[in-house]
Amino acid sequence: MSRLIRLPRLTFWRAVFLLVAAAGLYAAWVRFVHGLGASTNLSDEFPWGLWIGFDVLCGVGLAAGGFTLAATVHIFNLKRYEPIVRPAILTAFLGYLLVVLALLFDLGRPYRIWHPLVMWNQHSVMFEVGWCVMLYTTVLALEFAPVVLERLRWQLPLRLLRAVLIPLVIAGVLLSTLHQSSLGSLYLIVPHKLHPLWYTPLLPVFFFFSAVMAGLAMTVFESWHSSRAFGRAIEMPLLMSLSRVLAVLLAAFLAMRFLDLSRRGALHYLLEPGVEKYFFLLESALFALPMLLLFQARIRSNPRTLYLSAVLAIFGFVANRLNVSVTGMEASSGASYIPKWSEAAVTLAIVALGFAVFYLAAKHLNVFQSAAEAHAAPQAANSLQRVMKGA
Amino acid sequence: MAAKAILFDSTQCVGCRACEEACSRKWAIDYGEAVASEERISERKLTAVVTHGERYARRLCMHCLEPACVSACPVGAFRKTPLGPVIYEEARCMGCRYCMLACPFGAPVYEWSKVLPKVRKCDMCPERLLEGKPTACSEACPAGATATGDRDQMIVEAKRRLAESPKQYDGRVYGLNDVGGTSVLMISEVPLGEFGLKWSLPQEPLPALTGRALAFVPDVVGVGAVLLGGVYWITHRREAVAAAEGAPRGGNKVERE
Repeated sequence: MSRLIRLPRLTFWRAVFLLVAAAGLYAAWVRFVHGLGASTNLSDEFPWGLWIGFDVLCGVGLAAGGFTLAATVHIFNLKRYEPIVRPAILTAFLGYLLVVLALLFDLGRPYRIWHPLVMWNQHSVMFEVGWCVMLYTTVLALEFAPVVLERLRWQLPLRLLRAVLIPLVIAGVLLSTLHQSSLGSLYLIVPHKLHPLWYTPLLPVFFFFSAVMAGLAMTVFESWHSSRAFGRAIEMPLLMSLSRVLAVLLAAFLAMRFLDLSRRGALHYLLEPGVEKYFFLLESALFALPMLLLFQARIRSNPRTLYLSAVLAIFGFVANRLNVSVTGMEASSGASYIPKWSEAAVTLAIVALGFAVFYLAAKHLNVFQSAAEAHAAPQAANSLQRVMKGA
Repeated sequence: MAAKAILFDSTQCVGCRACEEACSRKWAIDYGEAVASEERISERKLTAVVTHGERYARRLCMHCLEPACVSACPVGAFRKTPLGPVIYEEARCMGCRYCMLACPFGAPVYEWSKVLPKVRKCDMCPERLLEGKPTACSEACPAGATATGDRDQMIVEAKRRLAESPKQYDGRVYGLNDVGGTSVLMISEVPLGEFGLKWSLPQEPLPALTGRALAFVPDVVGVGAVLLGGVYWITHRREAVAAAEGAPRGGNKVERE
């Protein structure tokens, strides 16, 4: 009996988690009892802050590994990536759930979050984003469900899900393409507010492109951490190929970014007074550095340097999103925005919750399959293939 | 009834703030000395007189002909009415505040102090317009600086004043074509930008900018679905053929270093 009620050992990271969770809960109390004015530094001049800039814009982007790897394996049929699909889907699913959680904090009337379901405005980018996020979260739930169903040994729903896997994956890719880019489109309506270093008609393209990069970097990130947490072998050959793709994407992104700046005649803003250019250079450096590193086989083949390069790319991505949503919007607003402690506490708690749930899921469910297991898993598309052969 | 407009003539304004008081009375918002001294719109007052030396201008919702807020709101809480007012339906609003981000004039403000806040903004008194009456601020103005009338006629009136005393004005009718035109028109001796108002705006309606991006959605879905289906078919077909021929599959090689 004593073994059943034994408390988990208090490790350093568990203590950190408890502290962050406690601060987050207190901040949540302030938010929901006293309102947005008491819990944030938002204002009429600066209506979107950390919760939108980081929790939503970064959260959705960092979860982009889900659709990228699902497409790689199930559509492009690159089967060797199979072992890292499940962790990517789990990251994505958790990511989207946490984004919705963050939205509940940010919305002035969170209990009306369902309104876009019945109150439509097809001219609104936000409406499109809302619907896509909602539908894609459903897709992710269905893509992740087999992991839970396997554990429960429920065969019928498993078979049903396998039959619709390919249409699901395709729907997931389309929905992701739409809303990852549309998060950038949100800012198309503020040409007079967003600094020209970031405002471009190509915002949706850049948002989509950088989300794919962030998704790949996150795949490396979670593989590294889970291999350390569970003493599992890290999937080096896969991650090495993946990070070479990441390096190429980073190079292409930087090239597009600077070409766009020069085409719009905005490069001179790099010489003008103002803090924006420093933030722009920081962001660019955080993209360029991992690109230079990951182009070298030596860096890619060492788990530690590979991981550090991926972390740099993630920082670059976060810098980009915060520059669009905060840095680039500040000058025109006339207000200076620095998140209140409670905003930071909620954000940290949400991130910590993500880590904790990922850890628990990876520990108790078959998320990290071995390569052999992944191949032994029933061919997802059997039924569809038969249909196509018949045709 | 023809579409209405408010015409504000800064040169006539004496800065008495009667418009602010009348507006606050209409909305039943407490109005006192402290609020009067604030030169910005907020949940405490929905129109504000701003001073620039001896001159005065007004801030209020400009009631764009093609409003950014109407296009931005995901739940359609904003509507442009035929008479001119852009109105807000609180019962739909979930508080995402995209309208506040999108508005070029900073017109929608939020009840930050409330636990269950709503957006607030000037609604151009549609109930009064329907009765053929001027807006509360127009009626309250003792100096004739703010007036309500048919938009066409107000444009003619504004241009007449500019032509009659060109030295008294900076030559621009603000709101004539800015962001596609607004139902509030302003004329002034100095550029309104000097009052801290945002008036270097595109002439194109802002919703067109997001509209262009949203127009791609059907294409992305259609072309994307066909493309992905095609790629799936090709990649799996290749595999089926290889299996049938008993040949080892090429490509798909793992990087080894």
